[in-house]
Amino acid sequence: MSTSIQQRNTGTGPHDAPPERRGDGKLPRWAPWACFAAALALAFLLGALTSSNIVLLVIYTVVLGTIAVYVISRVVEGHRRATDRLVTCLVVTAFGIAMVPLVSLAYEVIRRGAERFDGEFFGASLQGVIGEGGGAYHAIMGTLIITLLTTAISVPIGLMTAIYLVEYGSGRLKRSITFFVDVMTGIPSIVAGLFAYALFVIFFGPGIRLGIMGAVALSVLMIPVVVRSAEEVLKLVPNELREASYALGVPKWRTILKVVIPTAIAGLGTGVTLAIARVIGETAPLLVTVGITNGTNLNPFEGRMATLPVYAFYQLTQPGVPPQNAIDRAWTAALILIMLVMGLNVVARVISRVFAPKTSR
Amino acid sequence: MTVTSPPQEPTAPRAVRRPGDRIFSGGAKGAGILILLILAGVTVFLLAESLPALTASAEELPGEGGLVSYVWPLIFGTLLSATIALLVATPLAVGIALFITHYAPRRLAQVLGYVVDLLAAIPSIVYGFWGIAWLAPRLVPFYRWLEENLGFIPLFAGPVSATGRTMLTIGLVLAVMILPIVSAISREVFTQVPTLHTEAALALGATRWEMIRMAVIPYGKSGVIGGAMLGLGRALGETMAVAIILSGSAAGITFALISSANPQTIAANIALQFPESTGLDVNTLIASGLVLFVITLLVNMLARWIVNRRADFSGAN
Repeated sequence: MSTSIQQRNTGTGPHDAPPERRGDGKLPRWAPWACFAAALALAFLLGALTSSNIVLLVIYTVVLGTIAVYVISRVVEGHRRATDRLVTCLVVTAFGIAMVPLVSLAYEVIRRGAERFDGEFFGASLQGVIGEGGGAYHAIMGTLIITLLTTAISVPIGLMTAIYLVEYGSGRLKRSITFFVDVMTGIPSIVAGLFAYALFVIFFGPGIRLGIMGAVALSVLMIPVVVRSAEEVLKLVPNELREASYALGVPKWRTILKVVIPTAIAGLGTGVTLAIARVIGETAPLLVTVGITNGTNLNPFEGRMATLPVYAFYQLTQPGVPPQNAIDRAWTAALILIMLVMGLNVVARVISRVFAPKTSR
Repeated sequence: MTVTSPPQEPTAPRAVRRPGDRIFSGGAKGAGILILLILAGVTVFLLAESLPALTASAEELPGEGGLVSYVWPLIFGTLLSATIALLVATPLAVGIALFITHYAPRRLAQVLGYVVDLLAAIPSIVYGFWGIAWLAPRLVPFYRWLEENLGFIPLFAGPVSATGRTMLTIGLVLAVMILPIVSAISREVFTQVPTLHTEAALALGATRWEMIRMAVIPYGKSGVIGGAMLGLGRALGETMAVAIILSGSAAGITFALISSANPQTIAANIALQFPESTGLDVNTLIASGLVLFVITLLVNMLARWIVNRRADFSGAN
């Protein structure tokens, strides 16, 4: 808070001494904007002379505007201020660059995905579909089933580990668990898939593809996320609550179940939701463990299943003839995936708002 | 809760461990140990399944010249793409983190943070879709320009790919994908810079940039390095975006970033080959996965070590 006030003062505060020397003046507030407006006009001129391209136009404007601001500031305000302004321009540009992929991605996926965003897509599978029509009912159901299974495996393990780390753990075991959970967050998703495959091959023989294998693979990715978020949240529970409970003679396990977890439930819910959002779009582990099928298979313990990300992958890369129908289906699947992930993110925020304990600041 | 508990509550000292306690703490500890077992299991099962490929003779394996010459170009492709991503993403991420922590208006900062985090939420396969349909075609004119003007540098040697599905494109897509994690960690350390340091710098008449250069950057440097390493680990293991976008071929080792002959990466190669493979090919792919696992494990452990060391340091303040 105080920093921002200070910064504003250094930026626009009154400058008592009249500018005597060169490089000691002060640019008015609108000067940078004027520079960029001039740069835009110049870029338009350049564009008219060579070729009109919106990307080049923006690049010219930013580059010319930045140079103009630097030069003018250097002449009027001296090199320290000029460097400051230059860095400001660069930092804002960096943020602008990061927004390009986000906006273009959202636009592109919505535009192409809307093509097949209809009832048939949600109601029909690909059984016997050649060319037009067909849907992703089987893939949507497969994704839901496998994600549910993953959650059922990961949440108890992850939550209990977090409880161990916060409430019980000490010494080397705690330190090594913390460290390896961190390391586990960095396991490439494809390696998790290979692990599940290697595990099940030992029992079922080569070439095995099962829904449950996908759930095991995704659990390897989801457990560390759950542990990390749950640990952070449990640490926030005030120690006074635990001590008050012990003072009343409540056993430790009941204290955890009845005091600690209810206090932290909002944060736990948020963490689990975000962890689900993280794994629901995973493709690579499902590609090697669950495979793909055109029909509807709702039994994760028998045979291949279709899942939304893998479905999107195969529809895009092996579209068949004519290709356009399958490519449209792929984009709609991608759109649904993004909607699922974004929806889960929104749900997580809502949970943390609505269920937050009243005592929180 | 205010009701007095029934009198059969034992009055013995608190050292009494109830069965509930024992079960619960045992379960918690078991879950923690299970995680260690899973990590060990990943290593053991991958090793067990890649053993046939490790022991097989060179003729039985895909490609010519045995396992090493099969995996080596893949390792090279993986490292090359991740390095490009890191070089592009780190300065951008630091800029974004600085923008959010020190330049953006306070009220906007949190929202902007969410917006950058949204980039992390997008599934990698969707990045693949975006890269092949939006980014790659738009980069082709730029690549042509690069070849015409900078073609004498081996990196930009022709012939230029007509589809834009090249190593440089992959590097850029991976850069976008690791941007959120690098900037999130940088942001975290930048906000931890003691206000006293920054205020002292400003009070001495430093401009905002001088304050950042003298107070913020020195404090946050190791955090940024750790974040970049984590991003590197992410980029090394990225699968689907690479599998979709890169038109990989057995190009061997080449530094030409914009030509149509590109080395494939380990992860993408597994994703593309695995579904159709049988027998020893599967073992070979798992062996390459083991290599990837070891590489990312080393990178991540180093990154965590750097980040945690910094945490200890700041805790002392």
